[in-house]
Amino acid sequence: MGILNLFSKKSESKVNRLPSGSFTVDSLGQILVSTVLQDYPRPLLTEIGRCALHTFRSARGARLPLTEFVVHYAAFKVTARELRGGAIVFLTPRSLAAGSTSSSFA
Amino acid sequence: MDACYRGNDRASGYEMPARHKILLVDDDQDMLQLYRELLGRLPSQPEIHTTTSGAKAIAFLESEPFSLLISDLSMPKMDGLQVLSIVRRKFPQLRTAVLTGVVDEQFRTRAYAIGVDIFLEKPGTAQEIQLFLDCIESLLGREIQGGFRGLQSKSLVDIIQLECLSQSSSVLKVTNGVREGRIWFQEGEIIHAATQDLSGEAAFHRILSWKTGNFESLAGEPGQARTIFESHQALLLKTAQAQDEAQAPAEADSKPAGETGGPDAASKALSAISRFQGVEFVLTATTGEAKARESWGVENPEQVAAWACELLQRFEVLGERMQAGNLSQVEGFGLQNHVALVPQPDVALCVGYQRHITAEQMRDTTKKILASWAS
Repeated sequence: MGILNLFSKKSESKVNRLPSGSFTVDSLGQILVSTVLQDYPRPLLTEIGRCALHTFRSARGARLPLTEFVVHYAAFKVTARELRGGAIVFLTPRSLAAGSTSSSFA
Repeated sequence: MDACYRGNDRASGYEMPARHKILLVDDDQDMLQLYRELLGRLPSQPEIHTTTSGAKAIAFLESEPFSLLISDLSMPKMDGLQVLSIVRRKFPQLRTAVLTGVVDEQFRTRAYAIGVDIFLEKPGTAQEIQLFLDCIESLLGREIQGGFRGLQSKSLVDIIQLECLSQSSSVLKVTNGVREGRIWFQEGEIIHAATQDLSGEAAFHRILSWKTGNFESLAGEPGQARTIFESHQALLLKTAQAQDEAQAPAEADSKPAGETGGPDAASKALSAISRFQGVEFVLTATTGEAKARESWGVENPEQVAAWACELLQRFEVLGERMQAGNLSQVEGFGLQNHVALVPQPDVALCVGYQRHITAEQMRDTTKKILASWAS
């Protein structure tokens, strides 16, 4: 059983989880309040916030002003709402439906 | 330390025409040693290489061809998802597997979103070890036969025949772009089919007309009402006949038209899209140049095209950095109107909606538009 015990050995390194929660950014892209776990890299969170602000500003530039947008990824969803020049951003990881197998045909 | 292990020769009577090469990545040397010993027991006697970091793994893959990459998730500097994300892009033909002790639904979802072939938890019992070995052997075997990518090279008809011949009770979920259909099997008989707007035989024929796509085999649904009563052979024959008939006039029509994908055809396609409920404007843009290709109902097409392309590119980069999987769509909601941006190969599709349309309606209509666009 010694060999099998090795399998349960945990490495100290770890994988970044996708962030879950919400945060607000001011008009300069600074994070004001956040419910996202502290261990998620702050620079990446800041980048999401700045992307959100940029989206609202560039949309106005294209004469399509937005108050809210949702970005759908295969494993993740970002929702952002404009908030007095800044934004509130919601981060939601997606989950696979369990119990299925998948492949492709051509 | 990196190493190469050539398996053992216990199965001396077994000779593979070409030996597979497996690359194992794990920052834990003990684990690598253990896996090497385990994988050395595989009947196909693969050549096993090991490495302790993602960067070295990528260097290995660049220097010689491998059949399979097995990666741990938790590694310092570059984690397994980062490695797999790079590998998927650089070596799309390489089979990839995740082997991890981190039991987490989110990581499984993300790994499959990246495109790994299989996500395995580190085995803890003798039975699990055997299952792990069977999975790896199966992955390697699929490659020998030209790919399962074996199944990928088969048509949907082949897949349906397999379900019927194996007397399966299951539901085959078939997706073609944004279109989705389901075929219900009960003890090898096709009993029902449904797409977004059709059901029964009509849906079955529609699904069979899709030339490429993905399928998922879901658990059977014993309670499903039967709407199809023909044998699967009769159904498939009818479908083949219908497709032959449909193809003949289409081929005849295509000759005088010459360029079915030309500007006129594109304008007609946009005009058709504009007839969907709630659509205010439509625009397609070439993503490389951020230029409007075709538009309908847009006052400032060049500006909107540049905005759409830039935004999609920005979110694609962000998604890649976060390892969130492929970007499928951006939906924007405004006081004047709503907008959906969808990345397509080399093209960005931008659809504007009236502001009274709900998010759900917008999503449904965008799906229909994409289906119409694809066809």
